[in-house]
Amino acid sequence: MNRYVELKNHQREIYYFRLRLVLCLGFVAVMMFILLLRFVYLQVVRHDYFHTLAESNRIYVVPIVPNRGLILDRNGVVMAQNYSGYTLEIAPSKVKDMDALIAELATLVDITPRDIKRFKKLLTERQTLGTMPIRSQLSDEEVARVSAQQFRFPGVEIKARLFREYPYTDVTSHLIGYVGRINQKDIDQLAEREDASNYLGSDYIGKTGVEQSYEEVLHGTTGFEQVEVDAGGRAVRVLSRTAPQSGSNLMLTLDAKLQEVAEQAFGDYRGALVAIDPTSGEVLAFISKPGYDPGLFIDGIDTETWDELNGSLDTPLNNRALRGQYPPGSTIKPFLALAGLHYGTRSPARTISDPGYFMLPGSRHQYRDWKSGGHGSVDLFKSIVVSCDTYYYGLATEMGIDNMHSYLSRFGFGKKTGLDMDGESSGLLPSTEWKAKRYKQIWYPGDTVSAGIGQGYNLVTPLQLAFATAILANDGVAFQPHLVKEVRRANGEAVQTERKQLFDMQIPPDHMKLVKSAMEAVTKPGGTAVGANYGVQYHVAGKTGTAQVIAMKQGEKYDESKVSEYNRDHAWFIAFAPADKPRIALAVLAENGGHGGSTAAPIARKVLDYYLLGKIPQPLQKVSEKAGAESD
Amino acid sequence: MNAAKLKQRFMQHLDPVLLAGLGGFAFVSLMLMYSASDGSWMRVLAQFVNFLVAFGALWIVANMPLHWLLRSAVPMYVLGMLLLIAVALFGEISHGARRWLNIGVATIQPSELMKIAIPLMMAWYFEKHEATLRLGNYVVATILLLLPVALIVRQPDLGTSILIWASGFYVLFLAGLSWRIMIGLSVAAAASAPFLWSMLHDYQRHRILMLLDPSQDALGKGYHTIQGMIAVGSGGILGKGYMNGTQTHLDFLPERTTDFVFAVWSEEFGLIGNLLLLGLYGLVIGRGFIITANASTYFTRLMAGSITLTFFTYAFVNMGMVSGILPVVGVPLPLISYGGTSLLTLMLGFGMLMSIHTHKQLVKT
Repeated sequence: MNRYVELKNHQREIYYFRLRLVLCLGFVAVMMFILLLRFVYLQVVRHDYFHTLAESNRIYVVPIVPNRGLILDRNGVVMAQNYSGYTLEIAPSKVKDMDALIAELATLVDITPRDIKRFKKLLTERQTLGTMPIRSQLSDEEVARVSAQQFRFPGVEIKARLFREYPYTDVTSHLIGYVGRINQKDIDQLAEREDASNYLGSDYIGKTGVEQSYEEVLHGTTGFEQVEVDAGGRAVRVLSRTAPQSGSNLMLTLDAKLQEVAEQAFGDYRGALVAIDPTSGEVLAFISKPGYDPGLFIDGIDTETWDELNGSLDTPLNNRALRGQYPPGSTIKPFLALAGLHYGTRSPARTISDPGYFMLPGSRHQYRDWKSGGHGSVDLFKSIVVSCDTYYYGLATEMGIDNMHSYLSRFGFGKKTGLDMDGESSGLLPSTEWKAKRYKQIWYPGDTVSAGIGQGYNLVTPLQLAFATAILANDGVAFQPHLVKEVRRANGEAVQTERKQLFDMQIPPDHMKLVKSAMEAVTKPGGTAVGANYGVQYHVAGKTGTAQVIAMKQGEKYDESKVSEYNRDHAWFIAFAPADKPRIALAVLAENGGHGGSTAAPIARKVLDYYLLGKIPQPLQKVSEKAGAESD
Repeated sequence: MNAAKLKQRFMQHLDPVLLAGLGGFAFVSLMLMYSASDGSWMRVLAQFVNFLVAFGALWIVANMPLHWLLRSAVPMYVLGMLLLIAVALFGEISHGARRWLNIGVATIQPSELMKIAIPLMMAWYFEKHEATLRLGNYVVATILLLLPVALIVRQPDLGTSILIWASGFYVLFLAGLSWRIMIGLSVAAAASAPFLWSMLHDYQRHRILMLLDPSQDALGKGYHTIQGMIAVGSGGILGKGYMNGTQTHLDFLPERTTDFVFAVWSEEFGLIGNLLLLGLYGLVIGRGFIITANASTYFTRLMAGSITLTFFTYAFVNMGMVSGILPVVGVPLPLISYGGTSLLTLMLGFGMLMSIHTHKQLVKT
């Protein structure tokens, strides 16, 4: 343009200037139009997206944890409850230097290294915008001290929370179980069953026992509060609230007092007891001894206590009733007797002569009876009363292992009972097929002989044996064993557990009558359990049993005094009463208790006395010393 | 003098169209100050005072004869340069930038003064050499522009330096800088981009990078952009209603009375509000174009054109930045954002426009 400047053509200069100005105007118009397009894009095309973002910016959903349901016994006695307490909590997202903060807080309240360790573990396990507890059960004084200084500690809060409590502690530890802090494994499981959102605010989850198996019922439904927050995360106002729904209360089939009596009856013995109402399948007592204090686990157990519990020879953490697998010993005999009658292997009248041992045809190996010299002439009735081994060696051999397997499995041996508690063991009921699969071996006739007296491969859990006893007591009609009688919803609605008949074995009444009367004779003079049943005011049917812990060599005789305590035989006793119309059936295992009649049967006596007569026993003395009868 | 005459005397050098537009901006600004500060009158009052002062300055400048303006160009430029050098040497550091100078009674930001001084100086220079314009004159004018721009870039103040560079460039363009040179320089600029990139401060680089993908650093550098876009987008067509913007009133929006005030408007008045605001800018800018087109001298044409186009650039950069098509460079929304200095500078510019428009007959005669 400057070449025209020399010409000083004013009009031309104005023309070129205005031309450029128009270009500028066009530029301005285009840019404004771009802006306009951008506004349309943001405010019309993508409005929904940004609207959602704005809403999620301002709305924060705060979960409201529901109250966990109570656990009551059949009479309404509380076995698990909640109490409120104060906790000191920290919101990690609002804290820059956590260590410094904890150090400062420690000047106001006691914070042990254990608390800090647990808190740090929580931090790594759970990501939250909320708060995490560092100390629970603050005293009133501690609450006051922290509250007064709270302005100094942004992100620190005192919260009232509900804590779980188990009034019966170790008496019900294996039955009720406990709740514990939700860990990564729990979170994964919750995610799997698509229940994670219901646990957003929850700290605890059932870990074992009824607390675990009825977790979904006990937990309740988490409520939510939609809170409008500002950019600093402070709540401005509550927009909406969905109330939480408390968990249902559970009324168990259990009798707390019976449970207590049974637990005490064990004295110093380790073992297990399961008592079932044979007419309904209701579990009346469920003991695994020793127990432990479930309260230790709620907020995470410390390493020392854990090592102590876990390393103890008494294995207090092992739920013997549910998971302990033991040879049933002679308690298998009444069931085998019924099998023998069923298959016609034995008639009631047929007697055998017992020289004190049994030999397989073509073998010189002697299978010894528990009584050296034998029981002389033995029929089916007597075989149960005196617990004649030789009788059953022969019976089993003639019947064959596969018939035995097929009949005994009807009583629930070798499979889970389906009790409403997680982690049940299934025991072991051997068969040729099983052995071929498991050991790739053929079944030897000798295997059948030891199976005849409940040794060898046979394994049962106390729960299984109690269930089998209940089926027998109820003449072959089985009801599903269960622990929960009623679920009481928060709205007052109560759902009863229907008694569920599993099957009817259709055992001929005369078979039933014979075996039952023999079992009743067990507790009478001449029977193996007479010692524990002197002066009993009702009729008890029972069967003693001994489970070998270590195998005896051929010709060697078991001598209790020679084996160490933990290698002594386990004592079994199964019983039901009243014998004519049973209301309770049970199985008792006293670990390393020696003879069933002298240690296990007296425990059963206490339980039956309380259940049938309401008799509360004096604290039990050393049971074995009082016992009279010599038995297997 | 009667009232009517007084009024006529008062209004003599004011342009009614521009004045109406500016009044509209004042109204919008005060309204937004009230909303953005959550119903507090403090900001509103302070901004009201800013407007009073700025309108006063506008009236004074509008009433100045044009040769006063012409004569003030060199002293203002020299003063501005001295102050910029003083800032570089003794300036106060705040937020990592050295932009302010404490002169005892107040803290001033000399770069604001340069927004007026540079186009004034360059227009004066071209006017002086109008008769014999050569390439060399453009080179000198460019140097006059780049010296202060370099000083401001170094402060660092990316937003202001872009605006000042633009105001000078508009003068160059309107003065008839040849297309060949412009294209050549553009190519050169593109080639030197990597070098310029290395000159930028880390935070400026971050801001530019965040423009490309603000979500990359949602809680850090991208936060401003994202929250601004959420505010704009969630406003929808009709907006959330005055005082009802959740982004605004729950503190999610940063700098909502200053750089991000447009997001407040957008959130509460939606697309309709944005159209109105663009219309208002269109009105003022359009009037500026008309005044420019009718300006009678080389100097006034260049000056008026630069003022108008700079004003547009201001508005475009701010709205583009809030709506996420330009990087967050810290440019306020002209005539609306809170702040006395920028308001004063802008009104001085409009005062000059009015003076140019109303004094042209006097110059001609």
